[in-house]
Amino acid sequence: MKDINLFKSNDEITWCPGCGNFGILNAIKKTLVKLDKQPNEILLVSGIGQAAKLPHYINCNCFNGLHGRALPVAAAAKIANRKLTVIVTTGDGDCYGEGGNHFIHNIRRNVDITVIVHNNQIYGLTKGQASPTTDIGYITKVQTQGVVIEPFHSLAVAIVLGCGFVARGYSGNSDELSELILAGINHKGLSLIEVLQPCISFNKKNTHQWYSERIYKLAEDSQYDTSDKFLAIKRAIEWDGRIPTGIFYKKEDKTYEDNINLNSRPALVETQMDVSNISKNLLDSLSLD
Amino acid sequence: MGDMAMNTEFSIKIAGEAGQGMQTIGLVLAKACRDAGFYIFANMDYMSRIRGGNNFFQLRISHKPIFTLRQNADIIIALDKASVDLYKYNLTQEGILIFDKDEFKIERSEGNFFHAPFYKIAKDINGTDLYINSVACGLIAGFIRLKFDYIENVLKNTFHKKSGDIIIENIRAARLGHDYAVENFKGNIFSLTCPGKRKEIILNGNEAIALGALSAQCQFYSAYPMTPSTSIMDTMAHYSEIFSIVVEQAEDEIAAVNMAIGASFAGVRAMTATSGGGFALMVEGLSLAAMTETPIVIVDAQRPAPATGFPTRTEQADLEFILHAGHGEFARAIYSPGTIEQCFYLAMKAFNLAEKFQIPVLILTDQHLADSYRNIPILDSRKIPIARHIISREDSINIAGYKRYQLTETGISPRAIPSWISDVIYVDSDEHNEAGHITEDAQMRIKMVNKRFHKKMNLLSEEVEPPYIENLDNASTVIIGFGSTYGVMKELAQMDKKIGFIHLSQVWPLPLKELNSLSFEGKHVLTVENNASAQLAKLLKRETKIKIDDSILRYDGRPIDIDYLIEQIKERSR
Repeated sequence: MKDINLFKSNDEITWCPGCGNFGILNAIKKTLVKLDKQPNEILLVSGIGQAAKLPHYINCNCFNGLHGRALPVAAAAKIANRKLTVIVTTGDGDCYGEGGNHFIHNIRRNVDITVIVHNNQIYGLTKGQASPTTDIGYITKVQTQGVVIEPFHSLAVAIVLGCGFVARGYSGNSDELSELILAGINHKGLSLIEVLQPCISFNKKNTHQWYSERIYKLAEDSQYDTSDKFLAIKRAIEWDGRIPTGIFYKKEDKTYEDNINLNSRPALVETQMDVSNISKNLLDSLSLD
Repeated sequence: MGDMAMNTEFSIKIAGEAGQGMQTIGLVLAKACRDAGFYIFANMDYMSRIRGGNNFFQLRISHKPIFTLRQNADIIIALDKASVDLYKYNLTQEGILIFDKDEFKIERSEGNFFHAPFYKIAKDINGTDLYINSVACGLIAGFIRLKFDYIENVLKNTFHKKSGDIIIENIRAARLGHDYAVENFKGNIFSLTCPGKRKEIILNGNEAIALGALSAQCQFYSAYPMTPSTSIMDTMAHYSEIFSIVVEQAEDEIAAVNMAIGASFAGVRAMTATSGGGFALMVEGLSLAAMTETPIVIVDAQRPAPATGFPTRTEQADLEFILHAGHGEFARAIYSPGTIEQCFYLAMKAFNLAEKFQIPVLILTDQHLADSYRNIPILDSRKIPIARHIISREDSINIAGYKRYQLTETGISPRAIPSWISDVIYVDSDEHNEAGHITEDAQMRIKMVNKRFHKKMNLLSEEVEPPYIENLDNASTVIIGFGSTYGVMKELAQMDKKIGFIHLSQVWPLPLKELNSLSFEGKHVLTVENNASAQLAKLLKRETKIKIDDSILRYDGRPIDIDYLIEQIKERSR
């Protein structure tokens, strides 16, 4: 196994001390060590938010783009160079709010990337407004009467859209989380791993203690079948009393790369196009078709 | 036939409902004329609907090179009743309107009206209206005494993927139309002398841009369909299997531009195209490309706006928008091709420029250029050699301590490709230091702004497309335009040597050295623009020493044709 220091970045970490993000960072590093990859073969893509800072804290390629837009960048980078291991680190606001359309359509597109959504159910970077996953009734500086709109049921939505790997981890259990991320990376196609994470500064409801009282592992139920879509949806919307973690749904399907025959040839970035046959005939055939 | 020249050219209009196949047979006719040795200019005028309404295909044929459209037509063929009333006033003095009085139940058939029973001819073939367009194509060919062989050859090529019966029946329909015209129309006023055969192709602006991108080895194209840019995507997709490139229809324009950026970051040349509304969605991505210094090519095929505007019509009103689009200050280059050839070669250059300076390069066209067809010499993809300006694979090995945004004398940092380089690459949309990590440092901010903006703009201004200048010395009036107005200005300058003209195929940065060295003393200087606020005039006033006296504008959604331009200039000289 590789040394975890291979992935150590010297960039200063700017998260609040005690932030749930540290557990996620730790889990990702632990996972990367287990991969048969060098740092230059891994690309972390992020948008904006506290989660989006994470790629700077790991020694591998990083593209930190616009708020909500990590998925299109990541999918296209993977299409251009299928040999890269592409991981998105995003948050509940970034992925489900600003980037909601890309969340929907990249699940449909099914490019072989891994999406890790840090879900702290609040906007941290802008200081405490509701996010798409904030519980109903939670009072913020903006939602002064409490949140009145239904939370976004991300995992259920992903399962309905046909996502082939849907899992949930908890930042307080980085061993389980690391296993989930590893399984997600090894899954062919888009894998979604949502991570429950306390925000110690702005989310006074969904605290470490709150989670500890509710979380249970799906894997503890030996009857649980990760190929049963309807059961997966049922568990994915389970929230108030008990909150499951683990792999909800898993199905191997053809990836985008399979469907457009990218996997049967060298990576696009390593291909020289033969444009010598843009001949008169080809040109002229255009307006004729 | 035209007002200006007898029997050297004429214009044809094929009008009817959407779905009657005007574009298909219009192009057949255009190619047949090209094969016979004529010069052509053609364009489809269409409404934003798939069936019904009224559309027309315009074809101008000449014995010398032509670059634009005429207002009126010498031959109009009305495929439906509505077209008769809509276009009967668009005839030239000796022009003829061909219609089917039996089908349309219109009695008038003397004078400029010529009855041809094309519905009956079509029905006799298979009992339906299916072959009306081919009959019409043959009729026109007969009118202009074009040898039927030319039509037959093009029809064979056009329908080569269809069944043998369909090809045979289309040819039969066209031949019946052709023979009817030859037998019943005895005047020879539409005969043209042929300038002689040349090996040429027919393309429109969008196809030329796509072929330029392909020749530049653009391997990734992502876009959301939007008229009038969509045929760029169609053309890229048409060739995607042949050249093993990826063409992806994105979920929206935001995704389209971000995907192109992602692919470019990973090391392949990438492009997207849209129209004004879609470009509005892309501007944050434009700013991202600039901040991350990721090369990208974006085409804005303009249409009249605001908002949804006139989806299928033309305008040049995005100039000021595209000059300033994107939050913050950064370097960009904007090409504004005026011809089909420029669409091709500037698309090729755009990729080189984008990679050389690690910037977004924009190509500003409009519906008129995008959808207009011209015959052109065969394009030479080797004319613009590909220059990637990246650290090669071999040179990437064993690089340590790589800094993506290394500060250099020129402002350009060596660009490495992820996974080729043994080190890692950090790229950020936040302000960053040389290593690409987020910074709040004031001095670093200044250095990075100078790098992305001042230094790159200085270098870019050394590589500007020179203006095209004609007739300037002897001119009493000088007209200046950008983009698609090249054609109409060129024709006017050819006709009238007292008109000088300047065309800008790059609007940012402007070719300041050339423009400021010109003398306009004693000349009336006008801009010619397809917009309402004289945006080019404002740009020239702001950036150059040129004194603009007036502007000829058109903003009814239609292109500036030669007759409109002549009339506008006449009005001003009174």
